[in-house]
Amino acid sequence: MKYTALVVGCSTGGVHALGTLLAGLAPELQVPVIVVCHTGSEDVEMLREVLALKSSLPVVEASERYPPQPGTVHLAPAGYHLLIEADGCFALSVDARVCFSRPAIDVLFDSAAAHYGAQLIGLVLTGANEDGALGLKAIRERRGLAIVQAPEDAVAPEMPQAALRIAGADHTAALTDIAPLINRLCSP
Amino acid sequence: MSDNGQGTGLRPEAEDIELEAFVRALKQRHGYDFSGYARASLKRRMLQVVQSCGFENLSTLTGRMLRDDALVPDIVAGLSVPVSEMFRNPTVFAALREEVLPVLASYPRINIWQAGCAHGEEVYSLAILLEEAGLYERSQIYATDFSDAALVRAQEGIFPIKDARAYSENYLAAGGQRTLADYYHARYERIKLDERLKRNIHFANHNLAADGVFCEAHLILCRNVLIYFANSLQNQVLGLFRDSLVRGGFLCLGNRESLDFAPAARAFTAVNASARIYRLAARA
Repeated sequence: MKYTALVVGCSTGGVHALGTLLAGLAPELQVPVIVVCHTGSEDVEMLREVLALKSSLPVVEASERYPPQPGTVHLAPAGYHLLIEADGCFALSVDARVCFSRPAIDVLFDSAAAHYGAQLIGLVLTGANEDGALGLKAIRERRGLAIVQAPEDAVAPEMPQAALRIAGADHTAALTDIAPLINRLCSP
Repeated sequence: MSDNGQGTGLRPEAEDIELEAFVRALKQRHGYDFSGYARASLKRRMLQVVQSCGFENLSTLTGRMLRDDALVPDIVAGLSVPVSEMFRNPTVFAALREEVLPVLASYPRINIWQAGCAHGEEVYSLAILLEEAGLYERSQIYATDFSDAALVRAQEGIFPIKDARAYSENYLAAGGQRTLADYYHARYERIKLDERLKRNIHFANHNLAADGVFCEAHLILCRNVLIYFANSLQNQVLGLFRDSLVRGGFLCLGNRESLDFAPAARAFTAVNASARIYRLAARA
């Protein structure tokens, strides 16, 4: 299989966008889905429950020191940066906010790019800041694949715009077309 | 599999090789051992130090560091536990207040070790908690960090005033009995915590990765420090905590830390699993 992981970042409008994305993913998807969604809330349990109702894959909070599971959606815990460690397991950090955010999309994307290299797909969805753009650039520099939600299709276009400006993309697509695209890219 | 070998472990990134060389140089030349640290965060932090110190890359920093001792404090400060906030995760402090302090109250003298005190946000939170429980007079708090720069900051007890509102909200959510403003003076853009809160706090340099048992403690607070350690160092430090605690002593970790890969954690039983408060089982 060419791709072994999918990392996703979103902010404003992200809960709805994630719901649409996760509902469209194939139940037999074999890659782990790792998500940073800026919520600003104390924990992600509510987000997890909301997404679990829509998702075709199980949705869990990422646990430090455990490896991502294929066919499972992992959410970054609130208040921590989520990273992929050299051994492929999840790691957490409470280092300074990046783009006013912790968890930050850039931190996840950067560390995932270092681990998965060309086998990684990075996806930037709706959001009102620039988080994720540098991370997506890191993914592309390691020959991973970049997908960005079309800005005109996003509730908040700033994040997709920044990603396109700073990183560029291999695919720019409307939200409803992204899950089918990923299903295709990740089919064995 | 990828055909270019990247990300598959076949051909390490330049930065990863530089990081290992840096870790080895810092240890051999200056005695600071970061070899047990998880690499993803270590790399991020070091790349930030490279940038803030104006170096081209980690190799040039390492080269300079080998010959210039003056660079070491900045590096160590850059690698130390980051800033926290007062009463961070208020439910944890509420749990300490309700579930741990009543047990500690049975001891004539209470020793508390806060390992990795950063700029002191949590150590002062703890002092306030003890004060309001009427236990502070017989408590000693040992606040340690491996960064002297962090210890100096912690000792000052000065924080930006912009954080005061969040701290106050945390304090109240943690079940604070007064108002946080009773414990600090606001001046210019800063708040300075009451000198009296420091009367039983002892700040000291201690490196969890290298140093041994620090004191005989009834409670050890070490929140969001072990998350930076790889499994083996995490286990080693949990063993150190086990050996430092009195029987029935308490350990409080960060609220997303996992002990599942640390055999040394078997010595502990959860008192409040979601607040990550554990108790050392009394030895048979």
